Amino acid sequence: MRYILSRRRLKKVEVNMTPMIDVVFQLMIFFMLTFNIIAPEGDFDVRMPLGKSSIEPPDELQLPPIQVRLSSSDDGVLAGILMNGEPVADYLDLRQRVASFVDVAIESGASPNDIELEIDCDYELDYINIIDAITAVSGRIEDGRLIEMIKKISFVPLKKMP
Amino acid sequence: MIRKSNGPAITENDMTPMIDVTFQLITFFMFVLNFSEAEQDERIQLPSSQLAKPAEGVVEAPITMQLMANGGVLYAGEIVPVEGIGGSLQRERDIIIAADKDPKRATVIVRADGRANAGDVQRVIQICQELGFQQFALRALYKPD
Repeated sequence: MRYILSRRRLKKVEVNMTPMIDVVFQLMIFFMLTFNIIAPEGDFDVRMPLGKSSIEPPDELQLPPIQVRLSSSDDGVLAGILMNGEPVADYLDLRQRVASFVDVAIESGASPNDIELEIDCDYELDYINIIDAITAVSGRIEDGRLIEMIKKISFVPLKKMP
Repeated sequence: MIRKSNGPAITENDMTPMIDVTFQLITFFMFVLNFSEAEQDERIQLPSSQLAKPAEGVVEAPITMQLMANGGVLYAGEIVPVEGIGGSLQRERDIIIAADKDPKRATVIVRADGRANAGDVQRVIQICQELGFQQFALRALYKPD
C-alpha cells in the first residue's frame, strides 16, 4: 500500500536539452570551419651531396651510373628520352629497360644499392617529366606490391642557364 | 454557434533524430580533422605519382621550397626569384646550426609545380647544396592507379 502511494507521487522529470544542443552546435561549427581537404602527398627522397657527378671517374668496383637524358622542346614539352645514349620510346619503355638492367646487374652480383642513375635534362623541360622519369625508374608495382629498382638518383649539374 | 476553444496546445518536438544526426556529423568532422600545418599552396599544382611515399615519421628540420610555374619561389609567404633564395636559405642554415643541428641532415622539401622549369628546380637544389644541404624530398601528389 505504501509503495503504490509513493509511485503516484512520482513526476516526469524534464531534462533541459538547450545547453547541450548549444554546445553541440558550437562544436559542429568549429569543426566545419576548420575542415580542409588535404590531398595526400608523397616524397621521392634524394640524397645529393655537392660535387658528385658523372664527370668524376667512378670507382673501379662501382657500376657506372645509368644515364637518362630528357630533352625538351622550347615550350617545355618532352621531345625525347635517351638511356645510356639509346633512344627510349616512353616512360613505360624506360621502366622496362631499367628493370632489365637492374636484373642483369643483380644477377652479376651487384647490390641494388650500388646502382645509380643520373638524370640529365634540358633547363626548359617541364618539371612533371622529372617526376615521371623518377617514377619510372624508382620502382614498379606488380600484383599490388612495390618492387624497388633504383634508389640512388641524382641530377647532372646544370650546363647552361637560360 | 460558437466553438469553445481548448486553449493553446503545447507541442513537444522529438529532438532525438536531430541530436543523432548532429553527433554523427561531429564524429565525421573529428575523424577528418587535420591539424598538420603542411605547407600547401593552391597556386602550385604538384605532379602526381603512384610511387611517391608519404613521409615516414617526422622530417628533421624541414625547409620547404615551393616553385611556381612562372619561375618564382614561394618562400615564407613571399615570391622570391630563384637566384634570390640564397639569403633566406643562409638564414635557415644559421638557425639550424644555432639549434645544434647539422644542415646535412636537414631535409629540403621541394614542392614544384608540374609546369615549372626542371632547370629552376635543379638550380634551387644546387643553391641548397652549396649551403651544405644534402637531403632533398621531391614532393608529388600520391595517386594510386
